[in-house]
Amino acid sequence: MGRCLDSPPQLSATSDGTGGNSASPRFGRALNRSFRRRWVALGALLGPPVLWLLVVYLSSLVLLVAAAMFRLDPQSQKPTGDVTADNVRAALSRSEYLEALARSVGLAIAVTVLCFVVALPVAFCIAKIVPRWARRGLVVAMLLPLWAGYLVKAYAWKAMLRPASPFGIDTNGGFLEATFGYTPGYGYVAVVLSLTYLWLPYMVLPIYSGLERLPESLLDASGDLGARPARTFRSVIMPLLVPSIAAGSIFTFSLSLGDYIIPAVVTERKVQLIGNVIERTLLAPNQPLAAAITLWPLLIIVVYLMAMRRAGAFDNA
Amino acid sequence: MRATPKTAAAAILVSLALLASACGSDSETSPATDAPAGTDAPAGTDAPAGTDAPAGTDAPAGTDAPAGTDVPAGTDAPAGEVDYQWTPNADALAGAEGQVNLVAWAGYVEDGSTDPAYDWVTPFQDLTGCAVSTKLGNSSDEMVQLMQSGEYDGVSASGDATQRLISGGDVAAIDVDKFSSYADVFEGLKLRPWNSVDGEPYGMPHGRGANLLVYNTEAFPEAPDSLSVMFDGGTVADGAVSVYDSPIYIADAAVYLMATQPDLGITNPYALDEAQFAAAITLLEAQADITGQYWALYTDQQAALEGGTVLAGTTWQVIVNLAQANGATIDAVKPKEGATGWSDTWMVASAAANPNCMYLWMDWIASPWANAQVAEWFGEAPSNAKSCGLTSSPDHCAIFHAEDEAFWEDVWYWTTATEECLDGRDVACVPYTEWVDAWTALRS
Repeated sequence: MGRCLDSPPQLSATSDGTGGNSASPRFGRALNRSFRRRWVALGALLGPPVLWLLVVYLSSLVLLVAAAMFRLDPQSQKPTGDVTADNVRAALSRSEYLEALARSVGLAIAVTVLCFVVALPVAFCIAKIVPRWARRGLVVAMLLPLWAGYLVKAYAWKAMLRPASPFGIDTNGGFLEATFGYTPGYGYVAVVLSLTYLWLPYMVLPIYSGLERLPESLLDASGDLGARPARTFRSVIMPLLVPSIAAGSIFTFSLSLGDYIIPAVVTERKVQLIGNVIERTLLAPNQPLAAAITLWPLLIIVVYLMAMRRAGAFDNA
Repeated sequence: MRATPKTAAAAILVSLALLASACGSDSETSPATDAPAGTDAPAGTDAPAGTDAPAGTDAPAGTDAPAGTDVPAGTDAPAGEVDYQWTPNADALAGAEGQVNLVAWAGYVEDGSTDPAYDWVTPFQDLTGCAVSTKLGNSSDEMVQLMQSGEYDGVSASGDATQRLISGGDVAAIDVDKFSSYADVFEGLKLRPWNSVDGEPYGMPHGRGANLLVYNTEAFPEAPDSLSVMFDGGTVADGAVSVYDSPIYIADAAVYLMATQPDLGITNPYALDEAQFAAAITLLEAQADITGQYWALYTDQQAALEGGTVLAGTTWQVIVNLAQANGATIDAVKPKEGATGWSDTWMVASAAANPNCMYLWMDWIASPWANAQVAEWFGEAPSNAKSCGLTSSPDHCAIFHAEDEAFWEDVWYWTTATEECLDGRDVACVPYTEWVDAWTALRS
């Protein structure tokens, strides 16, 4: 659910200065004609999204916290009307949840770092090296994998990672084994690889748009002052890119932290992340406890967002 | 590149459409889309042009022979030529709502789209006018959760789900007089602890089977017959063992302990006191070292068996059938220690929106012809005694011991563990909610 709501970040910034405001004078005059009509228009424009935000996001968050407070009837496994803090206490203290959480955070960080390492040269290449006419095509090519179904990609990775077995119908193994003679198999590495592949575009795009907005004159000035490319990169480009990287990392980190399908598919359910624990608990079914465990990733994401805000991820620079 | 209002609007529309389609791919298939394609098409539509063969048999194209001999007699002949041996309840038929939404195990509701020879949904729809939509439940726990949502008319519940559904008020008791098939159900399946309360029946027995030990026949030239492959290791399958990923699997460890550690005094794998339960968990923790797969989706185990990445495991007969059909060199046995198993029951939701169609479905699935089809397709023993004469393989009932009560003595049907010990001991047993907690801890 969450995935489809997270549109690629700062996509609009790439079209800056391409005349997006050309329609505004007529529109603006019409708005000015009547103050009341302006408010009606504004209300009509902002009303639905604000309502959506309130009803779908905030109220479901409130419901989530509320759902964690009810006691489960052990016989029917349905929430009862009794209020209890036991679920939250269990969710915050039991070691198996904390271990799964630590694993998930570590994995999300690994995916984010790997995404950054791959995305930076790719974005730099598209924004600064490739001729201008080819840029848009390359950006579209970067985005194309997002069109394919998530499950298709998950099972495609599983197929590629399959180890060879002398007892299988096909003894060669998957693509990696058959082509390179090596596969990391179904484990943590598989999860990191698959998630990095999945979320890479979300890191490339903000870095690309950050680089595109970077004035060439700064690079020229840096060069004129005697800085070698490496120095220019370290002292001029990177500081200006921090907000973009922070914005991209929000996507890669939060999407990785909450994912539970990739870990299940590409590790034969051997690696359990916090999302798998929540799914397992929800299907147990133990809805209150599942809601309580969900508070963990929620907390981590809030902390992460605050940290990234300090890094400037939300600055509209 | 100047964006006019028109192109801007078009761009927004396109991106919205993309977003919508992206979201769509994530969402679960709605019940309606699971309805069989071409439901109303007369049999024969899909047959190769020019053939007189009944539709969808596996017989080679162009044959005029009657439906392939390995197909139940008359399976695909036009309705009317097959004797379904079913009399729908007139009242239910008169009140049929036109649709029914089921929660079912994979393989329990087949419309011919998996294998054209196995289709007991289309005749049902033709006879009753009830369009069938199915939501697959991948585990008993998931089925309980789905039924709690109140969106479904009925469920094929195993014994570890039924008591939770009954005590939660999610399913209703039935009046067996409304079901023409009930009389022919094996007496050994009627009014059992998992499908009745105080002598009041809560559903229609569907069939039963054992959780088998599957093994790769090339990796094991000598067929294993013991669960030690799963729990002790030391075989070629170490690291390639496939374990059913559900709290109910703790009972499999208990079955093994019953045979190997009699000192523990386990008499029923679903009635474990603290010490017995701890022993089972210890065994399962050790098992993790030789496990290559925990499976919850039957297709995942099937793929691993075919790929040879799993060499031994806990399985269902239907998975063995599907993998063998694709060429996997595997076979399955009931372990000598005994096995867990299932005896499933179709239950009607207490708040069913389409109760009449659900009654009709419950009656239909337990009727001789339909029950023979599902039992043969899934690889389980039918619940209807008359089904044994209708299976395409004449010895199906013998293979699956449908009429052999002795076979089932060491098959422990999935049951919900309760604090009150199911074996009648006067100690506190570990209830199922703690099984769930223990399994979660074990797995994470």
